[in-house]
This record gives sequence, C-alpha cells and structure tokens, in this order.
Amino acid sequence: MRLHKQAPWPRRLFTEIHWIRNLDAQAVIKRTRSITRVCLVLSLIIIASCDLGPSNRATGAAQQILHLGNGTEPKDLDPHIVTGVTEHNIISALLEGLVTEHPKTLQPQPGVAASWSLSEDGTRYTFKLRDNAYWSNGDRVTADDFLWSWQRLLMPTLAGEYAYQLYPIVNAAAFNKGELNDFSQVGISAPDPQTLIIDLAYPTPYFLSLLSHFSTFPVHKDTVLAHGKKDERGTLWTRAENFVGNGPFVLEEWRLNYLIKVTKNPFYWDQESVALNEIRFYPIDNAQTEERMFRTGALHIASSIPADKIASYQQNHPEKISINPYLGTYYYRFNVTRGPLVDPRVRRALSLAIDRQILVDAITKGGQIPAFSFTPPNTQGYQPPSGILSYDVGLARQLLADAGFPNGKGFPTLELLYNTSDGHRRIAVAVQQMWKEALNITIALSNQDWKVFLDRAQSLDYDIARAGWIGDYADPNTFLDMFVTDGGNNQTGWSHPQYDQLIAKAATQADQSSRYKSFYKAEELLLIDSPIMPIYTYTRVQLMHPEVKGWLANILDHHPYKYVYIEPIAVNE
Amino acid sequence: MLKFFAARLLQAIPVLFVVITATFFLVHSAPGGPFDAEKTLPAEVLDNLNARYNLDDPLYKQYLSYMGNLVQGDFGPSFRYSNRSVTEMILTGLPITFELALYAMLIALIIGISAGIVASIRPNSAQDYIPMSLAMAGICLPSFLMGPLLVLIFGISLDWLPVSGWGYAPGDKILPAITLGTGYAAYIARLTRGGMIEVMGQDYIRTAKAKGLSTPMIIYRHALRGGLAPVVAFLGPAFAGLLAGSFVVETIFQIPGLGRFYVQAAFNRDYTMILGTTILLSTLIVLFNIVSDILTVWLNPRLTLKD
Repeated sequence: MRLHKQAPWPRRLFTEIHWIRNLDAQAVIKRTRSITRVCLVLSLIIIASCDLGPSNRATGAAQQILHLGNGTEPKDLDPHIVTGVTEHNIISALLEGLVTEHPKTLQPQPGVAASWSLSEDGTRYTFKLRDNAYWSNGDRVTADDFLWSWQRLLMPTLAGEYAYQLYPIVNAAAFNKGELNDFSQVGISAPDPQTLIIDLAYPTPYFLSLLSHFSTFPVHKDTVLAHGKKDERGTLWTRAENFVGNGPFVLEEWRLNYLIKVTKNPFYWDQESVALNEIRFYPIDNAQTEERMFRTGALHIASSIPADKIASYQQNHPEKISINPYLGTYYYRFNVTRGPLVDPRVRRALSLAIDRQILVDAITKGGQIPAFSFTPPNTQGYQPPSGILSYDVGLARQLLADAGFPNGKGFPTLELLYNTSDGHRRIAVAVQQMWKEALNITIALSNQDWKVFLDRAQSLDYDIARAGWIGDYADPNTFLDMFVTDGGNNQTGWSHPQYDQLIAKAATQADQSSRYKSFYKAEELLLIDSPIMPIYTYTRVQLMHPEVKGWLANILDHHPYKYVYIEPIAVNE
Repeated sequence: MLKFFAARLLQAIPVLFVVITATFFLVHSAPGGPFDAEKTLPAEVLDNLNARYNLDDPLYKQYLSYMGNLVQGDFGPSFRYSNRSVTEMILTGLPITFELALYAMLIALIIGISAGIVASIRPNSAQDYIPMSLAMAGICLPSFLMGPLLVLIFGISLDWLPVSGWGYAPGDKILPAITLGTGYAAYIARLTRGGMIEVMGQDYIRTAKAKGLSTPMIIYRHALRGGLAPVVAFLGPAFAGLLAGSFVVETIFQIPGLGRFYVQAAFNRDYTMILGTTILLSTLIVLFNIVSDILTVWLNPRLTLKD
C-alpha cells in the first residue's frame, strides 16, 4: 500500500488549487453527494429521448411544406428598408407588387394590377388594379396603398436604401434627396381606388421589371402606422404577430436566427393556384451545415454548397445539383488614380494576361463562365462587345512594354486587396501567379475583414481590389450605370465624358435596339480603358431534391412560390 | 459571506467599466461602419441613417449617451436587425446557449469523472495512460472537427440523430451537447484523476481498506466525494467558458444561440450588439468566478471568506 508518493503530474499542473492539500475530505462528503445525484438524474433525462421522426422531406411532400435554406438572418422584413437576397426570398412570399414575374422568362405578369397600358411616348403607365386583391386582414388593396407606400419609400427620413428604384418617375429623385417637399409633384397619382397613373421622366423599358422588385411592393398603411411613424425604421409592424401582407403567404412565425414560417394566405386573389401550404426558411450561414441538412432530408433546397462538394454531387447525384447562369459578374477593380495603373495600357495588359478558363475550371469549379465583358452575355437580349478582351499574353506584354515596363522591368509591387474568404484567396493567388509568369510583375496579396475591405475600396485606398456585382433587374443599365463619373459604386476613380453621355443617352431612348447600341458603345469604352477586369459570370449552384417542381432556373434566381409544388415521393434515405 | 459577496461585486464594477469603455472605443475605431455594403448608399441616405442612430454626433457624445442608457438598463437597438433591440436578442439567445452549456457540462462531468476514476485506481499503468491519453486528445481536438465528425457518424452514416436544430426534432440536442462537452470532459478527467489520487493516499482510505471494504465501495463511499472537490472548483470558470465558447458549435448545428449573435455582430459592425454581448459575457465571467470562490470555501471549512 502506498502512503505518500510524489504528487502525480496532473496535480502539479493544478497546484494553484491550493486547498487540495488541506482537504478535509470528511466535511466535503455530504456536500458533494447532492451534486452527484443531481448530475445523475439530469443525465438520464438527456439520454431519455432518441427517436427520429420522418424527415422534413417526407412530411413536406405529404403536407406541401417546403423547407428552404436561406442564407443569413434577414435584417428586417420591411420591403422599403431591406436590400438583401435573403430578405427578397421571404418578402416575395408575403407581399405582391403591381406586376409579378413569369417563373421562367421573368416577363411581367399581372399581379395586383390586372392590366396596364403605356402611352405612345413611353412615359405614362396606367395601371388597372384588380378588384379582388386583398390584404391578409381582409382589407382591399387600392391604388392609394401604392401611392402611400411609394411616398414612404421616397421619404428622405426613411433612408430607404432602394429608393432609387423609383427614380425614373418624375421628380422622385428630387423628393428623395430632399430637394422637393411636395409629394403631389411626384409623378404618381391615384384618380380612383383601382387606377394608378405613373409619369416617367424618361422612357424606361425596364420599368415594369422594377415593379416586381420588393422595394416597390405596397405595405399596409394602418399596420405600419399602428406601430410607429410612416418614416420610422425598425418598428414592430414586421413581426409575425403584426404583419399584414397581400402576397400568397402570411407570416406565421419568426424565430430569430432559426426559422421563418409562412403559411398560405386565404385572402390572396390567386390562392387557387398556390399549391404549397407552408414554406419554412432557415437562416443557415454555414455552407457545410446546409449541405449536411440537405443530405439528411431536413431541407428541400440548399441555397449554397461548399465548392469542394460540387464535383461529387455532379458525379453521384446529378439530379440534385443544378448550375445556372446568374446575372452577376466577378471582377477586379483598378484604382486608376495612382501608380502605374493610371495608364490604361497597363490595366488592359493585366486583364489580357489572365487565363479565365483555368480560373473557372480549376478553382471556382461551379460552372462559371469566363467573362470578357462586364455585362453578362445575353442580358435581356443585349450582347456585350466581344473581342476587346481575351487571353492574349503576347499583346499583354506588348502593351506593358509600350507603357514603359518591358518584361515587367521597373514595375512597382502593387497590392491586391480582397475580403477574407477562401474562394477569393484562391483566385487571388492564381491571378498573382499568372501575372508573375506572363508579365514578370510582382503583386502582394492583402486580405481584410469585410468592413475594412469595403471602407478601403470606397475611399480608393487600394491598387487592385476584388469585387462582385449582381444585377438588380434584367437590363444592362444595372451594370453599366455604375461607372459614370463619381457614381457611388464606381470606386475606381475612372471618368470618361463620352461614357457618361452614352449612359445618359440610353436612359432617354425608348427604342430597345438603339438603347442597346448606346450601351454597347459605352461598354466598348469601358473595356478598352479597363478600369475593371471582368473575371467570370456568376452561376447559381443549387442543391434541390427532385420532387420539388415548378422551381425554374432564371438569371435573377427568382422563384415565384405560387408556381412551386412538391410531388409525392417515397423517400428512402 | 454576504460582505464578501458585496465586496467582490463592488470590485467587479471598475472591471466592467473598463471593459465597456475599451470595447466602445475599439468597435468605433475599427474601419467600416454598420451601414457599409457592397452596393454603396447614396450620400443623402447614409447621412439620414447615421443621423437616425446618432452616429453623426462626436464620439464622446455617443459614448456618454450610450453609458447613460446603459445605466438605465437600455442596450439600444440593433444596428443590423432593425426591428430588434439588443436586449431582446440577448434574451432570445441566452437561454438557448445556457441550456446547451448546461447539457455540455453534464456530459463533460459524466465522461470526465468516470475516466478520471478509472485512471486513478492504478496510477501509471495502462489503465491510467489510456484514458488520460484520450483526454489529452479530447483537449486538443477542436469542436469544429469534433462536430462534423460526430455528425458524419451519427447523423449521416448511421442516421440516428438529427444533424441540426435545437428543440425542433427529437434528439437534436444530443450531438451539439456532446461536441461542446467533450473538450471539457477531458479537463475534468484530468482534474478528477488528480483529486482522486490525492484522496486515495489519505489515512482514512487506508483505514477503510484495512477494514476490508472492496475497492468500488471505497471509491464510491469515501474517495469519490473528496476526490471530486477540484472538479467542483473548476465548474464556475468552465461554465463561463462554455457560454462564451459556444459559437462554433452553434454554427455547426444551426443553433440560434448567443454565440452566433456575438460573432456575427463583430463582422457586421453592429456596435450596440457587440457591446451588449460583451457586457453580458464579461458580467457572467465575473459572476461565475465569484460563485466558484464561494463554492470552494463552502466545500472546505478550513478556508474562510476573509478577502
């Protein structure tokens, strides 16, 4: 029997617990007994229940409940102050605008407006509202609701981030900027409850597609006012217990950071075509978690997938993965205000030296399309200029030499800025390598936290910065009006008077083909001058179980829920 | 004891004050703001937003008004989730994280104490080395590896347990609790072993053996209760650690707890939310340490609460 041996090493580790040595064990006995018992009882409770019910897939098919992975927790559900895709996905179930979108072509379909007409000069829309459109509390949806809602969106004090969607309307911009205080001078009027007249400052061929954007959706006046002032942000009217909407679904439950549940709206005018009884949106910000939930049948559709799992799905479950073009461009910005990047030849040389095909095949792996223009090809029929950019190392070397850096000699080390993300890092490393090999120039990589990154990009405190742009609506304007002089999203310091003129001209042209010609010329200037380097056109990579029907691919990734249904299935996973 | 408690609480006030002040100025000095986004806002809109949240005031003024509200128990609105107050978000997330931490702690205690006892019966033998090596591995294995590993085995391959959620499907609390608990189980195993070996060398254990009691009886009746004392002292700080460190597990298992809010708030520059959660967690850590000190003394009558 050992009496006193040397203290074992784990105890030496915790010698700061000085009283072990002075332990009066007898006194401790009674007091620890109760703790031990409590622990035992509680542990039994945990182990008690372990019975897995049927998966969400199985119950969803039986009861028409759709389970969707939905990115992050929505900031709010007020259509006039939110901006994100996450919010769009939920709000489009809860509210409906004047027009809706065709699930495949995105062409305008009647929504709250049963019909509409456009004046010959293309500047006056007259909408006839349907007489069976109701709010989820039974109130009628009237033209006045739109008048009131759009005034709310445009009120400067609301600080609605998407107010510019209404800028094509006469005086809307002036009212939103506080230059005009009389809303009656804004080109919106409601002569009777079923008629809404919109006067546009200039013909806007894409105006109808703006009306299916959530920022132009109506809100229920009495509900908003019951919980705060008209221009007050973040009041409680958007909570599940208060929300009154006019869309195909009503907000049933909103559990913060966990679940948003919407159920079929019995007051919806077209409720007969709504097949789903319920949609559950899960805010899942981790792609790995989301993929696991999808795999075990907890989700019907996953909004994202880890890049390293794409190949495996394509091989083993091609019926569950879909890759579709998306209206967005991944690109790099050049700061044209300093260093060698002031010279357009240098910028174009950098752009020509990148093998985009290798980037999408070996790195992004999501079926992305190499981009040689800023506007994605075939954006509502618009074909951007081709042939200005390509993969041409010889020309790139030549241009760099012309700019005074033969074989990269004397070229300073530039910094490539990107926000912290493995995907961005891998692309940056590859681009860095390509520039080194093709042009013999050295680039330093710098990754920054998202907000620092945004701050530096906006204040032009960078040389080269990663960027991405997703179109708000299907029209080249949403891409090309970014790069007008001092545009808020320009962020390159680039300015070209002729470009500005062409974009301004396009805005006034009612004829689509001459409008597209103006855009084409403008984009040519943009590509030749190269304040940006397009890399690839985004794709939407999505996981979806095959029993979900009516969820159709389109470039905006919009999926009107009233067309979606779930086929009965035998789930054997 | 009351006097001791009150004194320690008073000491906590300057600590918290420093924490709040430092956090306030740190988050405001970080580049970027709550309203920066990839799509730049028009200047007029940004001005209106800043005015709404008083971000256009000088920083010292913002600080004073924040402290003023804080004294009245008002943590302010969340900058990101515009229809939520920080208080509401904390009240939503904290109970969930608390429950998760509690289960994790129970699992840690069950596994840790059993392993510690087994190891302590024959020190420096295989029976000691094997559980202690496992414990060391448990300390080293991070939860972002442990979680997906458990999910892969029990959630996907065996299909026994849900892979996500909290309170929605039966059994969905098991894997997160195990993931969070194992690391602490390892610590507890080591502490138990140490405490047990110490107690097993005491005279009264020798007496018990001399009287002919069996080893399990000696452990259960006599040694365990003394041997567990170091574990009890560890519970307070460990629980605070579980609360503050639940972020990874909450992300892996899609649990709407406080840990996710905390980290997301920092990324989003949600100033009020960062401050609210920091204040809450630092208060909890201070409190748990006080409780742990009191518990230590309560367990050992030879100590008193003099300082």
